[in-house]
Amino acid sequence: MGMAKQIKVGIRTIWDVPKEEYFGPGQLTCAGCGPSLAVRLMLKVAGPNTIIANATGCIEVTSTQYPYTAWAVPYIHVAFENAAAVASGIEAALKALNRKGIANTKAKVIALAGDGGTYDIGIQALSGMLERGHGVLYVLYDNEAYMNTGIQRSGGTPRFAWTTTSPVGSKIRGKVQSKKDIMSIVIAHRIPYAATASIAYPIDFMNKVKKALDALDEGPAFLHVFAPCPPGWRIDESKTVEIARLAVDTGVFPLYEWDHGKFRLNPPSNAHIDKSKRKPLINYIKPQGRFAHMKEDEIKAMEAEVDNYWDYLIRLLKAFG
Amino acid sequence: MTQVLEKQRESSIVVEKKGLTTNYAIAQAVKDVDVDVIAAYPITPQTTIIEKLAEYVANGELDAEFIPVESEHSALSAAVGASAAGARVFTATSAQGLELMHEILHIASGLRLPIVMAVPGRALSAPISIHGDYQDLMNIRDTGWIIYIASTAQEAYDTIIEAFRVAEDPRVQLPVIVSYDGFLMSHTTEPVELYDPKVVREFTPRRLNTRPILNPEKPTTIGALATPDWYYEIKYQAINALKLSRSVINEVDSEFNEKFSRSYKPVEGFMIDDADYVLVTYGGAATWNALEAAKEARDRGLKAGVLRIRLFRPFPADDLTKALSNAKAIAVVDRAVAPGSPIEGPVFKDVYIALHMAGIDKPMLSVIHGLSQRTMYIRDFYELYYRLKDIAKVGKSPQESLFMGLR
Repeated sequence: MGMAKQIKVGIRTIWDVPKEEYFGPGQLTCAGCGPSLAVRLMLKVAGPNTIIANATGCIEVTSTQYPYTAWAVPYIHVAFENAAAVASGIEAALKALNRKGIANTKAKVIALAGDGGTYDIGIQALSGMLERGHGVLYVLYDNEAYMNTGIQRSGGTPRFAWTTTSPVGSKIRGKVQSKKDIMSIVIAHRIPYAATASIAYPIDFMNKVKKALDALDEGPAFLHVFAPCPPGWRIDESKTVEIARLAVDTGVFPLYEWDHGKFRLNPPSNAHIDKSKRKPLINYIKPQGRFAHMKEDEIKAMEAEVDNYWDYLIRLLKAFG
Repeated sequence: MTQVLEKQRESSIVVEKKGLTTNYAIAQAVKDVDVDVIAAYPITPQTTIIEKLAEYVANGELDAEFIPVESEHSALSAAVGASAAGARVFTATSAQGLELMHEILHIASGLRLPIVMAVPGRALSAPISIHGDYQDLMNIRDTGWIIYIASTAQEAYDTIIEAFRVAEDPRVQLPVIVSYDGFLMSHTTEPVELYDPKVVREFTPRRLNTRPILNPEKPTTIGALATPDWYYEIKYQAINALKLSRSVINEVDSEFNEKFSRSYKPVEGFMIDDADYVLVTYGGAATWNALEAAKEARDRGLKAGVLRIRLFRPFPADDLTKALSNAKAIAVVDRAVAPGSPIEGPVFKDVYIALHMAGIDKPMLSVIHGLSQRTMYIRDFYELYYRLKDIAKVGKSPQESLFMGLR
């Protein structure tokens, strides 16, 4: 089903990746930071004619410590919950200034926020921006907890995960609730383009950035980028990409896109409709300290949750594929 | 207390005299200065401003992007984004909306963005009330914005024009609030002289390339993280800019007077020069209720005067002390409360401090009135003059605020 409709390829191999860097060295993220890799790859595609509106979070505090900045493109940080509203204002300003002949710019606006700034505190501003149809690309870098404040659970934290506010106790063992389905919420706004991506599949990710930016003349675009956090997930900093790849390969984080009303699974996730093609879930859980407490029945429950999500995706594919 | 000066006004400048509510006068001024982006969310009593602006945009009378945001928090956030991108930006709100913006109020002034906002004042919940007072404005006085309080629809119209000039001045670069009475002014029709938009635009020229904006040709980082090594110095610059804006505010008003033959001083006195007893207040009550009471008191031989505070932040302490230096007793009528303070009138505290810093110690009375638009009768203000006479005789300030009109 998914294989028949490949994405339009802009970058075929790693050799096609632009050499220019717009997210410079000198930023202060931890060793092995997944989100910083996502931002770097994103900007390679977006290029210099980009304006960033960043929510408070890991990327913000580590990239803009005065008097230094890691950003070679115009950048603004205002607060935690309002990246989408700030980006709306920038987009509207460029429209008005261009129309009135006060400015002449073709700059693209990207709102950038983590899972806390998107699933939780920023979801109202995000919904408003999507509903109003601003030509803004919203990039969610999902490291599955409030890492900047020291690993607290968010609406994007998966069930059972240990965080400092979902501790493993004798009565409650890790996060009780499931991860919020942010993509379905976004897609419900009927925007032109929304996709999941992973830092472990950089070519897929970068092509999706291009596709999303190309859609902005029609309206908003959204990218949900999976980006592991070594200190927060209790993994070795050399394993960031490996864990991200396992999330996709075990079916925990499927790669798919909502493209102008069509739903499409992307490789390798398109093969994972057949459960036997997915790697065993334990491969993903075992290396992560945040899941170290999980017992057999809890792992089974997590597996059932992954299967349920796949059932839902398959139904989406049947309806909108 | 608008001082229409005798100077001959160029007849071509006033194009129309119209009956307008203060809210409509605000919308008209925003159109006349030609803003680029309006981001706003409806709330009583502000709503009719943004309805009118939406109409102007829909009819092509104003070439701007109107962003109908999903909350006031997003209204000011979008205004910040638009202003940082170089646009001329307006927003408006009241009460709960201003409270919801609170976080971003500090950021707008900290980032030195010349946003202009209208705030028809309203009571804060709970209990919920849609009616006018100034509790919302008093709660945000320390957010680093320039704050005017207008007292007529004409003044509100004029002040919006002045506000854009002041905000965008390279020596200032701070956001400005123009406040006035919710309902009593926002929804009351008064005659307003409207100026030729061409002349208004000449008075508020575009200032391009005077501040860093989000421009790909010259990338800049706005809203950087300041460690304790830097925070204090950067914050102080904004604090100092607010203080120094006084001279620009005066300069802009002088130029406004040259052009439009209208002038508004930071504090405006009425029968103040020889007054023994002075009521200090702000907004419409200063121009109407207090003034009528002062006239009546004068008719009965009491040397009564009124001092209106028009510029609330930066607080014009010098002008105020000068105007009050001959008074025998002073009452400050607040339409807001600072609960639990040594004395509950928020502006009373400012006036008291300003006088004492200048070494002036006079009997003073803090009056709270008009909360949630509790009717402030002229006779109440009249009564205050006689209270001041008694207080002057005793020679001591009452230790508690007087809650007038409270049943």
